[in-house]
Amino acid sequence: MAHDGIGVRVLRKEDRRFTTGQGRFTDDVNLAGQLHAVFVRSPHAHASIKAVDTSAASKMPGVVAIHTGEELEAGGIKNLICGWMIHSKDGSPMKMGPYPPLAIGRVRFVGQPVIAVVAETRGQAEDAAHAVQIDYEILPAVTRTADALKPGAPVVHDMEPDNSTWEHGSKPGSNLIFDWELGDKAATDKAFANAKHVTKLEIVNNRMVPSAIETRAVVAEYNSAEEHFTLWNTTQNPHLLRVVLSAFINVAPENKLRIIAPDVGGGFGSKIFTYSEEVVCLWSAKKTGKPVKWTSARSEAFMSDAHGRDHVTTAELAFDENNKILGLRVDTIANIGAYMSLFSSLIVTYLYAPLMSGQYVIPAIHVNVRAVYTNTVPVDAVRGAGRPEATFVVERLMETAARELGVDPAEIRRNNFIHDFPYQTPVLWKYDSGNYDGLLDKVLAGSNWNDFPARKAEAAKRGKLRGIGLSTYIEACGVAPSSAEGGALGCGVGMWEMSEIKVNPVGTVEVFVGTLGHGQGHETTYAQIAADRFGIPIGSVSVIEGDTDKVQQGMGSYGSRSAGNGTAAVALALDKVEARARKIAAHLLEASDADIKIENGEFIVAGTDRKVTLTDVALAAYTFHKLPKDMEPGLSDKAYFDPSNLTYPAGAFVCEVEVDPATGVTEIVQFTAVDDFGNVINPMIVEGQVHGGVVHGIGQALLEEVVYDGESGQLMTGSYNDYCMPRAHDLPTVFELEFQTTPSPSNPLGLKGCGEAGAIGTPPAIINAITDAIGTNDLQMPATAEKVWQTLQKASAKAAA
Amino acid sequence: MTTVALTVNEKAVSVDTEDRTLLVELLRENLGLTGTHVGCDTSQCGACVVLVDGVAVKSCTMLAAQADGARVVTIEGLAKNGELHPMQIAFNENHGLQCGFCTPGMIMTAVDMVKRLGKQLDEETIRRELEGNICRCTGYVNIVKAIQAGATRM
Repeated sequence: MAHDGIGVRVLRKEDRRFTTGQGRFTDDVNLAGQLHAVFVRSPHAHASIKAVDTSAASKMPGVVAIHTGEELEAGGIKNLICGWMIHSKDGSPMKMGPYPPLAIGRVRFVGQPVIAVVAETRGQAEDAAHAVQIDYEILPAVTRTADALKPGAPVVHDMEPDNSTWEHGSKPGSNLIFDWELGDKAATDKAFANAKHVTKLEIVNNRMVPSAIETRAVVAEYNSAEEHFTLWNTTQNPHLLRVVLSAFINVAPENKLRIIAPDVGGGFGSKIFTYSEEVVCLWSAKKTGKPVKWTSARSEAFMSDAHGRDHVTTAELAFDENNKILGLRVDTIANIGAYMSLFSSLIVTYLYAPLMSGQYVIPAIHVNVRAVYTNTVPVDAVRGAGRPEATFVVERLMETAARELGVDPAEIRRNNFIHDFPYQTPVLWKYDSGNYDGLLDKVLAGSNWNDFPARKAEAAKRGKLRGIGLSTYIEACGVAPSSAEGGALGCGVGMWEMSEIKVNPVGTVEVFVGTLGHGQGHETTYAQIAADRFGIPIGSVSVIEGDTDKVQQGMGSYGSRSAGNGTAAVALALDKVEARARKIAAHLLEASDADIKIENGEFIVAGTDRKVTLTDVALAAYTFHKLPKDMEPGLSDKAYFDPSNLTYPAGAFVCEVEVDPATGVTEIVQFTAVDDFGNVINPMIVEGQVHGGVVHGIGQALLEEVVYDGESGQLMTGSYNDYCMPRAHDLPTVFELEFQTTPSPSNPLGLKGCGEAGAIGTPPAIINAITDAIGTNDLQMPATAEKVWQTLQKASAKAAA
Repeated sequence: MTTVALTVNEKAVSVDTEDRTLLVELLRENLGLTGTHVGCDTSQCGACVVLVDGVAVKSCTMLAAQADGARVVTIEGLAKNGELHPMQIAFNENHGLQCGFCTPGMIMTAVDMVKRLGKQLDEETIRRELEGNICRCTGYVNIVKAIQAGATRM
């Protein structure tokens, strides 16, 4: 293994700037003469806009421009889009309501941007924004998922005020966006009819905010002589943003739009999408002739960054007399929010339902998803994006079934595991490789599962309720194959990845990749691959992402795709450069390509001491006066990678808790995580991803929830005062990680990806543990102290009665 | 408008600014020291922590005018003559950062923690003392390790 190569715990190159305050985040970008934009946002969940008076605001000091939705529309700016078409069971297309970047005529969620005020300083813009007068007629609002389809529920997208119909030609008259299914209903119903035992659960998956610590920001600049825009933005995918802004929103042709994602401070999905703010700032930069900057305040982020999760589900699992699963049926209502965000329809369909087989052989599965509008912030991918929701359903059902059947929760799972790979599930996905028994064995050993009863008894002596919960998860990531799967599933764009490798004349290597690291250590891990290939020190390899002028194409980072797809593109590009370099070395050494060995930055004729360095080879490639005519000058190549399948990381988590019955407070006394991510580039970074994912999952299970007031539709959790983020003291007391490796056959380096797994597998492990501790299963997330205490009170009242 | 005269990273500066300017805004916008970050608007996240007269302060919750006459140290002032502070080294060696946005605040908080509580910090103490610092990426495990290691080398 090379010193800085694949599999080594190389310390991160990028740390230097981040630990010394030299990071360059979007809000750190300041252009001469820049103006500041502040958005006036709807204070109402649902309202008609009767009148807008910006006259007072426009006269205030420093105000340069005030932009409206009508102005952008007249200027040819198109609506924000959802890029994933989904059809209902009856064949009708999803009902995508128009989503103008600045509201026109109607607002549909608290926080929807209505007016943009642009001034010389941010303070002046804020002062003027307060002076904008908007006359609203408040309309009834619906915010709860379960209420959206009730008769008489306020309709979020109905006839437009001017009686025009929608973009797709039909007006809904209800909040139903689509009614979609996956699987075999007839076979599943038959399985249930023949079942010996059915476990049924009503499950709520709580709405979350993504909460990257860096909020979204935009700096937009327009060069009128060139008619060219430059956009600095906290995007997880600069090229995708460029395509959407150009081809769909009509901001500018692509060749007149450069997008730069500098350092991005976390994303968790929220920075994938195309939002109003970048559209408006680009427009404003052109109109005012000055750079326009916007940085979200945190309370603004709570009401504008896409939220996550928010499902209401009824799910049932059918067993035969041998505790083998016969069938699974799931009925979910998924809250999309007030408008369809870029990937919103995908998250609740193809990133959700196909995961319902879990790690198990399930002969018949049927999933029905009804996506609905409510007067809330649009919902889209947040870390895990559909897979946490699916895993929670499956793993809560399995644990509950074990309790109902009087079977050990580990054994009921083992009894149903998939053993033969590749495995075609009844819900589209074909799992690549895995060893679920291995994961389970490791986690049971690591968590001292068998000795739990003794620990439970000891805790009881201290007055604590001790519980243990298991979760064996699978997830699907590395979006996405552009073959049958991607295209047939209705995606508007294929999801390959691209890398270009350039060996410079004096031997340093530049790796350009179309992904976008925002904390995952790409500057180090991609460099490790190149360092490994040529045996060169990592210091001579630079990794470049994030600038559409430098990196020619790409799809960005989300869905744990950089591991499977980004590294594959780098490996394929390295293959081409290596082949080219070998040819040159062979020529210089008067040997054949096949006899060349590459070691420690040198090309050696095997069995001899005749060699040239990578630097010699590069110099020869560029000076090119002694190389054969059939060779091209230069030493650089580009490759695209189109995966043949998704990848399927899997794991087994055991969570052990102590609940204090006096307060309902849960302490996670021990958390054991065993994960299989296939091959890994840098184990140190992978561990960090698991830590972060698990704590994110602790947040969902115990602490985090977006709450809307049922009457007014007001966002009640609009800041960190009311929305509880996990902190260092929420960590498990004992937190152990272990790994297993079954490489993925779908990419050259065999990686599966690891960024989201912790957030996927953790919540059911925690809720399984708490329900075990308190002896009652009727508990929804987040299991706050108050909620657990109330549940205990109710349970003991029932017992006393 | 007010004139604020203070020392930042051992350099005397004087800035004319609006009364409502926060210390973090003065540092980031007037002085170009963008290493100190803004992550929230309710004083919870700690990305803005700096040292004011030797004490850790959330610079988003202090008016620039309140820092008149004070000695402020930001993340940019920790390394001396190109040599990293032990806490900065420890964060790298222990993979105590991912996206890096909360990191300046974490490091400044850690430096203050050691000053107040000494160099032998146990895990439980560090976890408790980080209540005012939020990270979404790392899950805190390696931050705690980094602080423990950095403390012993200060």
